Amino acid sequence: MQKSLHIDANKCTGCLQCEMACSYENYGVFNIAKSRIKVFNFEHEGRKVPYTCTQCAEAWCLNACPVDAIRVDAATGAKVVAEDTCVGCKVCTIACPFGTINYVADSGKVQKCDLCGGDPACATACPTGAITYVDAEWTGLDKMRAWAGKTDSAASAA
Amino acid sequence: MAWTRKILRVDLTNGTCKSEPLNMEWAQQYLGQRGLATKYFISEVDPKVDPLSPANKMIMATGPLTGTPASTGGRYSVITKGALTGAIACSNSGGYFGAELKFAGWDMIIFEGKSPKPVYLSIENDKAELKDAAHLWGKTVWQTEEIIKKTHQDPQIRVSSIGRSGENGVMYACIVNDLHRAAGRSGVGTVMGSKNLKAVAVRGTLGLGGLKDAKGFFAAATAAKKVLADNAVTGQGLPAFGTQVLMNVINEMGALPTRNHRDVQFEGARGISAEAMAEKRPSDGKSHLVTNAACFGCTIACGRISRIDEKHFSVVNKPEYWGASGGLEYEAAWALGAANGVGDLEALQFANLICNEDGFDPISFGATVGAAMELYDLGILTKEQIGMDAPFGSAEALCKLAEMTARGEGFGKELGLGSARLCEKYGKPELSMGVKKQEFPAYDSRGIQGMGLAYATSNRGACHLRGYTVASEVLGIPIKTDPLTTDGKADLVKAFQDATSVFDSAGVCVFTTFAWTLADLQPQLNAACEGEWTMEKLAEVGERVWNMERLFNNAAGFTAKDDDLPPRLKTEAAKTGPAKGLVSGIDKMRPEYYKARGWDANGVPTKETLARLGL
Repeated sequence: MQKSLHIDANKCTGCLQCEMACSYENYGVFNIAKSRIKVFNFEHEGRKVPYTCTQCAEAWCLNACPVDAIRVDAATGAKVVAEDTCVGCKVCTIACPFGTINYVADSGKVQKCDLCGGDPACATACPTGAITYVDAEWTGLDKMRAWAGKTDSAASAA
Repeated sequence: MAWTRKILRVDLTNGTCKSEPLNMEWAQQYLGQRGLATKYFISEVDPKVDPLSPANKMIMATGPLTGTPASTGGRYSVITKGALTGAIACSNSGGYFGAELKFAGWDMIIFEGKSPKPVYLSIENDKAELKDAAHLWGKTVWQTEEIIKKTHQDPQIRVSSIGRSGENGVMYACIVNDLHRAAGRSGVGTVMGSKNLKAVAVRGTLGLGGLKDAKGFFAAATAAKKVLADNAVTGQGLPAFGTQVLMNVINEMGALPTRNHRDVQFEGARGISAEAMAEKRPSDGKSHLVTNAACFGCTIACGRISRIDEKHFSVVNKPEYWGASGGLEYEAAWALGAANGVGDLEALQFANLICNEDGFDPISFGATVGAAMELYDLGILTKEQIGMDAPFGSAEALCKLAEMTARGEGFGKELGLGSARLCEKYGKPELSMGVKKQEFPAYDSRGIQGMGLAYATSNRGACHLRGYTVASEVLGIPIKTDPLTTDGKADLVKAFQDATSVFDSAGVCVFTTFAWTLADLQPQLNAACEGEWTMEKLAEVGERVWNMERLFNNAAGFTAKDDDLPPRLKTEAAKTGPAKGLVSGIDKMRPEYYKARGWDANGVPTKETLARLGL
C-alpha cells in the first residue's frame, strides 16, 4: 500500500519537533534551516501550518530536471533527488509550483522530502498528530468521518 | 556538542564583537543558561554597580538542551543586575529566539558598556555586527521585528527587542522575542535600553550536532515526552486551558490577591478565567481564545492565542489589534484583572497586548496600577494627577494607563517607576505589594503560606518562578502539603528553589516540572552533555547556583531585612475563604529556611555551606 504524509494544520502547535527530526534524519544535526518540512506561522490568524512536498504523481521537478537526477522510489512513490547526479542547476526549484524543492548551498545540490524511505521522521516526531503517514488513497478519511458524523441518522430523524 | 563552546562578547562602547571559548570547567559546575551565565556575570561585574550604568553587563544565555528535541528545549535567559530590583536578575523566555541563537553557534552573548547611539546586534552564524538602529528607536517591539526582517530580506530571522518602554526607562521593561514571548521580569529590558541596544536579530543555520550519546538522548527525550503527555496537568490541563486553568482554583482557595491585596477573593474571577476565554461572546458569537500554541520544541503547548472583541471600547478604530495574538496567561490576567478589581476580559487582553507591543511586564504593570488605584481610593492621588478617574475596577483607566505607560506620557511615567518607587514617592511605601521592589505575582501569601517564603527569599525579588510551591500546596505535585500551615515549608521552598535552578540552567521550561522531577531531566542531560551528570551532581548544581545568586545579592547590599513581606500580609488577615483569619507566617518560616539553607541568622551562607558547594 502506498502511503503519504497527511497534514492536519488544526492540530499543529508550532513546536518544530518535525523540523528538528527532518534535519537530524538527513544531516545528523538538529538544524531547522535544513529541514524539508516547514511550519508556517500565520500569526494574526492564530494558525500554524506544516508544509512539505506532496509527491506529485506527475512531478514538475522530475520533468524539469535536465540530468534525470530526480527519480521515483518504487516502494514509497517518493520523488527522490539522486545527489550523485544532481548538478545544482535549480531548474526544479523554479518548476515546482509549491516551492518544496530547494537548493542547499553547502552541498551544491537540491533537496526535497523523500519520505525517509517509508518511515518519515517528521510524522514520528509530531506530538499532536498534526503530521501522520497514512494510506495515500484515503487522506480524506478524517474529513469524510467528520462530515459523516454530521449526517442525520435514521435514529435521530425518528 | 550540547554546548557550542562559544561566547559572543559585544563591547557596546567600542562597537566590537568578539568570539571567545566557553569556560568548560565552569560549564561542569554551573551547567548553562541561568547558572553558567550568572557565574560569568558575578565574575565580571561589581555587585554594587548601578544597574543602569555602562558598568552593568547583560548576558543572553542558552542552556545545553536549547536547540535539541528535548521537550521545551528552546529557552534562553537574560542575566543582569535588575533595574527594578537592584538584585541579580534572570528572566527566562521561550518562543524561537533561544534555539536560533544556539543554531547560529553561540551559547551566550555578553553585552558590556554602552553604545554612544542606538544600535542593534545582527548575527548570522559566526558573523556578528552592531548596526545603526536610529530608524528603530521609538518603534514598538512589533514594528522593530517587522522592519528588521524587511531590511535583511529574511523572514526567518528571529528578533528579540525592547519597545518604547525600554527606551523610556520604565523600570520593569521586558525583552520580547517572537512578538509575545518575553524575558519579562526585573527590568532586564530597562538595562538593555540603558545601553542603547534596541534589538538582537539572529539567523542560525549551523544547527546542533554531536551530542555525547545521541541514541541515549533520543531514548531519554522520548521517554520524558511520554511523561508530559501522560500527566493530567501537562498533557491535558495546560494545552486545553493554559496557565489560566488556575484562575478559579486559586480564587476558590482564597489566595487570589484582589485590589492590591486588600482581599483574597475576586468576585469577577470567573469572568476572566480560562473557562470565560473559551466561551462564545454575546457581541460577535466568537470565543476569545483562538488556539493554543507551543514554544520551540515544546510538547505541552500551554500558550494562549486570542482575538480581542473588535467592538470593545479599547480597540475601536484600532484594527492593528484585531488579529490573533498572545494572551491571556494566568499571571497577566490576574495582575491586570483581579489585582485592580477589573473583571473585563477584553480590557485585560488589550492591556496585555500593549505590554507585549511595547515590552513591559504585565505583572509589575498591573500590580503598580493596583497600588495607584489604592492611592486614588485613599485620596492621595487625585483625578488631576492621574489624568482620569481611577477607582478599583475601572477597565477604562487600565486601558488608558497601559497606553500612557507604553508611550511614557503623563501619569504613565509615574506608573513606569513600579509600585515600590511610586508608593514611596507618595509617602505610602507600605502599599507596594512586592519584595525587593518587585511586585508579587498571582498567589496570596496568606492563603498559600509556602509562597510567602518563596517570595521573600527569591533572589530576583517576588516571583512565582523561583520556587513554585503552588505545585505542592495546591496541585499536590510531587506531594500534597497544606497551604494554610507554615510547617515544613522551609524545606519545601528550598527543594523547589534548588530544583528550579537546575531546570533554568538546562535550557528547558520550568513548566515541565508539573510532570518531571530531576530524575526525568537527568538522563536527557547525561546523554546530551559531555561529562557525567548524576542526580547528585545536578542537585549540587542547583544549590550552588542558588547560593551564588544569594552571595551576589548580599554583596549588593541586601540583608535579612529584605527577605520580608509587606506589613499588610503580616497584619491584615484574609477576610474570606479557606484562609480567613490568617496572616503570613513569614517571620516563623524565615529562620527555619536560613537553617535549612546552611545560612546564619542574618541570611549569610556559612563558611561550611560555601565550602560544601565549592563557592
